[in-house]
Amino acid sequence: MLGYVIQRLLQAALVMLAMSALVFCGVYAIGNPIDVLISPDATQDIRAATIRAYGLDQPLWVQYLSFLGRLLRGDLGRSFVFGIPVLELVMARLPATLELALASVLIGAFIGIPLGIYAGYRPDGALARGIMALSVLGFSMPTFWVGLILILGFAVNLGWLPAGNRGETVMVLGVEWSFLTWNGLMHMALPALNLSLFKLAMMIRLSRAGTREVMLSDTVKFARAAGLSEWTILRRHVLRLIAIPLVTVFGLEFGSTLAFAVVTETIFSWPGLGKLIIESITSLDRPVMVGYLVLVAFVFVTINLLVDLSYAVLDPRLRRRGRAA
Amino acid sequence: MMREYAENRVALLALAVVVLIVAAAILAPWIAPQDPYDLASLELADARRPPGFVGSGGYAHWLGTDAQGRDLFSAILHGLRISLLMGLAAGSVAMTIGALMGILAAHLGGWVETVIMRLVDLQLSFPAILLALVLVAMLGQGKTQLVIALVAAQYAYFARTAYGAASAERQKDYLEAARATPLPGMRVVLRHLLPNCLPPLIVVGTVQVANAIALEATLSFLGLGLPATEPSLGMLIANGFPYMMSGRTWISVYPGVALIILIVAINMVGDQLRDQFNPRLRR
Repeated sequence: MLGYVIQRLLQAALVMLAMSALVFCGVYAIGNPIDVLISPDATQDIRAATIRAYGLDQPLWVQYLSFLGRLLRGDLGRSFVFGIPVLELVMARLPATLELALASVLIGAFIGIPLGIYAGYRPDGALARGIMALSVLGFSMPTFWVGLILILGFAVNLGWLPAGNRGETVMVLGVEWSFLTWNGLMHMALPALNLSLFKLAMMIRLSRAGTREVMLSDTVKFARAAGLSEWTILRRHVLRLIAIPLVTVFGLEFGSTLAFAVVTETIFSWPGLGKLIIESITSLDRPVMVGYLVLVAFVFVTINLLVDLSYAVLDPRLRRRGRAA
Repeated sequence: MMREYAENRVALLALAVVVLIVAAAILAPWIAPQDPYDLASLELADARRPPGFVGSGGYAHWLGTDAQGRDLFSAILHGLRISLLMGLAAGSVAMTIGALMGILAAHLGGWVETVIMRLVDLQLSFPAILLALVLVAMLGQGKTQLVIALVAAQYAYFARTAYGAASAERQKDYLEAARATPLPGMRVVLRHLLPNCLPPLIVVGTVQVANAIALEATLSFLGLGLPATEPSLGMLIANGFPYMMSGRTWISVYPGVALIILIVAINMVGDQLRDQFNPRLRR
């Protein structure tokens, strides 16, 4: 087991190193940062001083090595546009994205799983067909389009919910949160729903397929023979049996929520990480781009590692293979 | 095979819609009442007019006009043309590269298999949209750059599908026999292995063209797609977004409806093809 863990940790570290190099080289190959940083009327002296201050006169590999060294110390550089450390900027934007992602994951779970179980329990009913049609739409409609429709319906036509920004926030532990005020919750409703749509569709599909399979199993036959009510069977047996794959997919989905947040946050002007990366791409703020991408890569590698390790804990066959290798 | 496809009325309708949209997109320069790229023909007096408005051109704008006074129907036809072109180009290049990678990995085995499939798995765990976003940001705007970004975001799906199909074929006797003959390896791959891997690849290809179109629309909506001189559907939607709040919803809604009809229709065709190619569902 320990050998397997060490092997996977080394792999993860290697992937991180490769990703950081790719991201750095890729991002630093865009255009000429000097043109972005220095106004065209600046004197030659100011130009030279700025270039030296940012280390842009060094060869690319020297810039990368110093970048890597700073990265290991948690120093992601300074934003060209905001003039504050990237880590500070990212950390300031992170809570907004985090609470949005969490809300959408919760919506996906607490609405998607019951709907999916119902659709799997009565697969031929009219309601089940409606649920499945919803999930097909959720898969094929682009996120940005659903966001627009939500704004059009709930903000423009009905006027029930605000169409953008975070609303009132409350400071807890030195961080601003929207979900603690009623106004903030109202602002969060539409973006969270928008972001959850894909997860909702996926949860419906997975739990429907799982329920259909489990309903035919001996477990359910025996439970029925024992005189348990259908409700008890669904809650105590079916839900438990389909939970394991759901939890796995959920962990992996949390990572991709970060990616989809880019679209949702742009539409709803939600001041999170996704909006930050779009802003930094359009203003060529490269330290922020690099910092964001390295952070996302880190989150992904960590999630994959945790999923692999939890498989090893749950499935003894994997452990043995790890030892043999 | 066509007869079997035609048995499903809904799928047949979806196919008809796809054919109709493709035809309209190809014929756009001839059937559109206005050339939306010819700035000289645009009248600012016609801007942001609701559907049905008869403009200075003397004909009715059935879907209204946008902020520059463009006839939306014409803009949508031309936008469909660009969206379809990007989707098909990206889908076919990604299919070629991905299929070759997957089949070679299965055929050659050994370290080639390990390296290719490791790379594919790593990429599949990373969201396609983020990858495309980064690539577009790195490469800059333009059709070629956009296709490269879409291909890079999508080839892995084809590689995984081709690898799965080719691994299954590899076990079969006919391939064993083909390998035993002194035919060159490339011939065995192209003439024997590839044709038998095609059905699942075609299904994935159909769905991925729809995904490429959606991805391109998303990138254009975020302002990272094609340059503004040739608006695709995504950019038309983005252009109308600021006017949505003031009730001029048609500027965004009609291009969006066109996009959704296209994507859903392609997906339905793909679903039917998957059911048809799936031997387990055959009676």
